Amino acid sequence: MGTTLLKIEGLTKAYPGVVANDGVGFEVGRGEVHALLGENGAGKSTLVKMIYGLVKPDSGTMTFNGAPYTPAEPRAARLSGVAMVFQHFSLFEALNVAENVALGMENPPPLRDLARRIREISAAYGLPLDPERLVGDLSAGERQRVEIIRCLLQDPKLLIMDEPTSVLTPQEVDILFHTLRKLSSEGTAILYISHKLEEIRSLCDGATILRGGKVVGSCVPREKTARELAEMMVGGEFTTTDRSGRALGATIFEVKALSLPSMSQFGPSLREVSLSLRAGEVLGIGGVAGNGQEELLATLSGEVPSAPGTVKLHGQDISDLGPNDRRRLGLQGAPEERLGHAAVPNMSLTDNALLTGTVRRPLTRKGFLDMTAARLFAEEIIQAFDVRTPGPHVAARALSGGNLQKFVIGREVLQAPEVLIVNQPTWGVDAAAAAAIRQALLDLAAKGAAVIVISQDLDELMEIADRFCALNEGRLSDPRPTEGLTIDEIGLMLGGAHGMAEAAQ
Amino acid sequence: MILGGIDIVTLIATLMAASTPVLLAATGELVAEKSGVLNLGVEGMMIIGAVAGFAAAVGTGSPVLGFLGGALAGALLATLFAVLTQVFLSNQTATGLALTMFGLGLSALFGKGFEGVRPPATGKVPFGPLSEIPGLGRILFSHDWVVYLSLALVVAVWAFLRFTRAGLILRAVGENAEAAHALGYRVVAVRLMALAFGGALAGMGGAYLSLVRVPQWTEGMTAGAGWIALAIVVFASWRAGRVLIGAYLFGGITALQLQLQAAGYAIPVHLLSMAPYVLTIVVLVVLSAIHRRGVQAAPAALGRSFHAST
Repeated sequence: MGTTLLKIEGLTKAYPGVVANDGVGFEVGRGEVHALLGENGAGKSTLVKMIYGLVKPDSGTMTFNGAPYTPAEPRAARLSGVAMVFQHFSLFEALNVAENVALGMENPPPLRDLARRIREISAAYGLPLDPERLVGDLSAGERQRVEIIRCLLQDPKLLIMDEPTSVLTPQEVDILFHTLRKLSSEGTAILYISHKLEEIRSLCDGATILRGGKVVGSCVPREKTARELAEMMVGGEFTTTDRSGRALGATIFEVKALSLPSMSQFGPSLREVSLSLRAGEVLGIGGVAGNGQEELLATLSGEVPSAPGTVKLHGQDISDLGPNDRRRLGLQGAPEERLGHAAVPNMSLTDNALLTGTVRRPLTRKGFLDMTAARLFAEEIIQAFDVRTPGPHVAARALSGGNLQKFVIGREVLQAPEVLIVNQPTWGVDAAAAAAIRQALLDLAAKGAAVIVISQDLDELMEIADRFCALNEGRLSDPRPTEGLTIDEIGLMLGGAHGMAEAAQ
Repeated sequence: MILGGIDIVTLIATLMAASTPVLLAATGELVAEKSGVLNLGVEGMMIIGAVAGFAAAVGTGSPVLGFLGGALAGALLATLFAVLTQVFLSNQTATGLALTMFGLGLSALFGKGFEGVRPPATGKVPFGPLSEIPGLGRILFSHDWVVYLSLALVVAVWAFLRFTRAGLILRAVGENAEAAHALGYRVVAVRLMALAFGGALAGMGGAYLSLVRVPQWTEGMTAGAGWIALAIVVFASWRAGRVLIGAYLFGGITALQLQLQAAGYAIPVHLLSMAPYVLTIVVLVVLSAIHRRGVQAAPAALGRSFHAST
């Protein structure tokens, strides 16, 4: 892979109470695809933010392209030839593609020339994109293309990608990998952060593994199994989920021809969604975010009531009931957005436990809150789901994403629901915590509950779901048993990738 | 041309002058809100501009310096707001309301000595024979320079937001401050400048009231014009062209109701005085309801505090 492009030595960054990076050092060669592996909170994000100039290191040195490298701000990093595609897209929905690209460049050409160059680059790298369209109207995969093209227009020497595939369909992942391999063959180095070990094995030339802010090892991912990589990340034995020992009961939950107008300007509407669920069954709903997942969860959990006769629990019509009435009957939901939807960021874990727990748990007495019971409930969740926090008095927003996700899922699971609907239960959660959450969902199903898992992570759905259906532009496909289902078939169910025909040529 | 006791030419000529204070203030607020900050202190900045502009014009004898003084005072007050909300992260709504009350009180204090004084006259722009054209001359070529400046500013702001890179960055900051920061733009600096510009225009609008429209200093003379400017920005869906329509509509009905009163129509004066406020809001609500679909109207980050944490 030639000479070294980026060399990092002894990089340290401490925040009050945490050392995010402790003497981190590694090297990336020219044209190398290098993976950064680690659990949540291992310090990967802080590390790449330092390379991109968003965070200043406390100590340590970086050498880029043979010269000392100390970017004071992203602008300086970009000038040196470092570009970054963010995990949460840094895009502006109300602006069009060309304007978004222009904002990420130092000296953008006039918009008309820029639109032409966007078309050229998108054709050259097989990333179809129309520069005139509003970003708010684009799919997640298309938005990512905007970010990538924004980077490519600056001829970067190093491209940083933070969890790039978590929002893509399998076909879109193929396109992305094709692009990345082409870039790599042209000499662009890529620093690749992902939880998905199989992807790293197929794409990356080298990997550095971080744990607790320190480098704990490096390897060539192709020579390791996914399990070995996972164990290096976690630093111990890694348990896989156990889905045995479940018997399906009678049908307890039914949705018939449920339609819902779109809830936001750029959101989809639900069209004639039907499904049925038996006790003890796990139904997986796949699809790229923004195809109606949020809407489906909102209407099933009771946030948005639907037309009479569309949602039935135990044969009883619950279409017009609100969330608390549905909880009383045993139907609970955990939405995707942890901060602000599933939990109130500024309230303590005890308060957050109270918010959904009062209906099925004895947390109130004669209309007054029983704070002792609530605290005990919160502690029970923390213990049962291994939530890492100093205690139940901590504000929800102080928890890392993965820990808060465990808390939110635990809060619903411990209320022993009969039907549980979760959206993206392991989004941004590290491998060990994700496995724990999946196991909890399976255990719940084993006790006779019906579980709907809405997720973009197809491996996850294959691992825990009995049946799989795809949600695409607000329509739900017919369910198929997950056993024997191939990734290609799933891709077709998901309606393929957007604009795939052009890319294939 | 006289219609039902109302001289149409005079009406149109007056409405342009009557609209100018609100138009200036609304254009400034448009820029501030496009950067994602809701400054409810427009009324306060206008009245401070009115008293400071009046004092500067009387003190120096120059109306031009008067308008500059008004703009400077408005910008200073806006900068106070900017420091409080952008640096110390105070709540924008509460701070804006406080700014209005602060401005009203402070202007009353400073204005005590100026009551009953006449300011130097702001001259009309000499267009020579052009202003002699019947009808059109009165309407288009018989105003003072501030009226033309205010129209030029609307066009300039529209072009700035739409065609320039700086305008694009300003809109980006107002859409998604976190993303703009991640790309390396200075969110707080952009917002400070946008707020100061908004304050300057509000101050200038206030000065136009005390130097040209009335022309003298009276306590509380803005009489809610700042609030109308705020409403116009919202109902104009944050577009410069519609801000102009809204402001001229407000000014037009103000001028019309005065003429109706003068023409001796038997309509209660209270209803007439109320009309500009009510009708402007109604028309703009209808307009914004019609255009609800399509492009997202409000800047997505409007009113949300931004702090560059890691």
